Amino acid sequence: MRRLAIPGGLVALIVLIALVAPWLGLPNPVRQDMAHRLALPGAVGLLGRDEFGRDVLSRLVWGARTSLSVAFASALISCVLGTTLGLLGGWFRGLGATLALGSADIILCFPPVLLALLVVTLLGPGAVTLILVLSVLFLPGFARVTYAEVMLVRSLEYVEAAQAMGATTPRILLRTVLPNVAGPVLVQLSLAVASAVVLESGLSFLGLGVVPPSPSWGLMIRGARTTLEQAPLLLLWPCAALTITILAMNLLCDALRDVADPRTQKPSRS
Amino acid sequence: MRFVVRRVAVSLLLVWVVASIVFLAIHLVPGDPAELLLSTGGSAPDAATVAELRERLGLNLPLLTQYANFFAGLAHGDLGQSLVDDYPVLDEIGLRLPRTLELIAAGTILALIVSLPAGTYAALHQGGRFDRIASGIAALVLAIPVFVVGTLLVLLMAQTLHLMPAGGYAPLAKAPGQHFLLLALPALAIGKGLAAILFRMTRASVLDVAVLDYVRTARAKGLSPNRVLIRHVLRNALSPILTVLGLHMGSLLGGTVLVEYVFNWPGLSTPLLRAVEARDYPMVVGIVLVISALFLAINLVTDLTRAALDPRIHTA
Repeated sequence: MRRLAIPGGLVALIVLIALVAPWLGLPNPVRQDMAHRLALPGAVGLLGRDEFGRDVLSRLVWGARTSLSVAFASALISCVLGTTLGLLGGWFRGLGATLALGSADIILCFPPVLLALLVVTLLGPGAVTLILVLSVLFLPGFARVTYAEVMLVRSLEYVEAAQAMGATTPRILLRTVLPNVAGPVLVQLSLAVASAVVLESGLSFLGLGVVPPSPSWGLMIRGARTTLEQAPLLLLWPCAALTITILAMNLLCDALRDVADPRTQKPSRS
Repeated sequence: MRFVVRRVAVSLLLVWVVASIVFLAIHLVPGDPAELLLSTGGSAPDAATVAELRERLGLNLPLLTQYANFFAGLAHGDLGQSLVDDYPVLDEIGLRLPRTLELIAAGTILALIVSLPAGTYAALHQGGRFDRIASGIAALVLAIPVFVVGTLLVLLMAQTLHLMPAGGYAPLAKAPGQHFLLLALPALAIGKGLAAILFRMTRASVLDVAVLDYVRTARAKGLSPNRVLIRHVLRNALSPILTVLGLHMGSLLGGTVLVEYVFNWPGLSTPLLRAVEARDYPMVVGIVLVISALFLAINLVTDLTRAALDPRIHTA
């Protein structure tokens, strides 16, 4: 449990900062102020100003809000849809389930960035497109994990007992099966959020994700590339924020996996 | 042999499915596809332009005819023309694909050179100083997105230390030295994630195999430690490592798009990104199709290699 505390706390802190961003008394993250263009840290605002004179600290905090809301929204949507698919597929099986799960698997034939770019071409860039693409990308993961777990659980005694007591199928699925497959699904959810943050920042960096002037870490790195010589610090802040966030999320995923599935815990590790 | 035939057949089937999805994607979106591609920021395109584009993309034909035409084109190696400059999509891909492949190959080789020895050494000295430091570095490297590594490498090596050019490309025939110098940083950026993953996998896999009975037997019968390591441990540890390598080629192929952009490497990324921005649909479709087919081909090769190395897979 101790391994869970540090990364868990860090992720919680980042989420909290993103949540309370409007009440932190930060300057407007999109207001341009050319007079203070590329102002150094400390001169104007704690971390200075960017190439349009926008407050860097404020953009970092609001950028976390953008990244995390896209990441959580897409991960939750694909979690609900994918888990439902896996739950129904694992319970009823049959041809329909095979087809449904198989078609979800086809998404895995595409390199994720490429599929995202295809959809951006059709729908145009923006947060909504991002959420749509990312939730489609993560769907097969949830469906697979849930399906595999349901196949393990469905023939166990407590499920049989629930059936013998005359519980309806929806009740068995939601009250008996779902709680028992929740662990691996939760691990999958944390993995999806972490990779959503990576993909969102990557696409925004290419100028095909979040639309400017909305603050986003990927867009900040993209912008800082043009002023690399004059203000290298502008590049470091969003890079650091992104790396710390992803590192904390990855460590949380690893810890969650160990907690959710004691079988993977190495006996040598205390 | 039956395994090989079946696996190849499945791959071809998947390529067909992928091509069908790419074809259908434009029709799955609600609204008129031609209008959709032309609309920018809420302003409606005029009817004549829409009709012209519909004509050009063949969108006025019945869906089945379009589908048949699309596959007939694929069979002839015709992926259509760019909407922007009428350049044949296949020619553009033919010109740039080798450079993308070179980058991916260089990144993969770099990752293998670093990760296999490091992972093996870390496993053999589990819990030692090297193991702890290398595992820590791997976790950190995995957390840094590929375009961040690329941008930071430019900042450090080109901008601050002036050791390397910030990016670009030199043809191999004209300037071989410059060619490989310019290849180094992008290859490092693209290979770093794979190196971290392969390091972890090698370490875990060697640890799993090293405790098995046949390794103990090999040691007990007096084989030299190196021989046990190479013939018994590594040979059997290789299969899961290969699987992971194949799986992560997908993120590598996506990663090249970002890395090529950062380093101005003139691979497939440049026309792809230009096409996405200009909503040049045939170009995007062509490139996505080629890279996805490549991904499936890589997976096929990894599976067949694994089967060749480990005869147990045939029966599974």
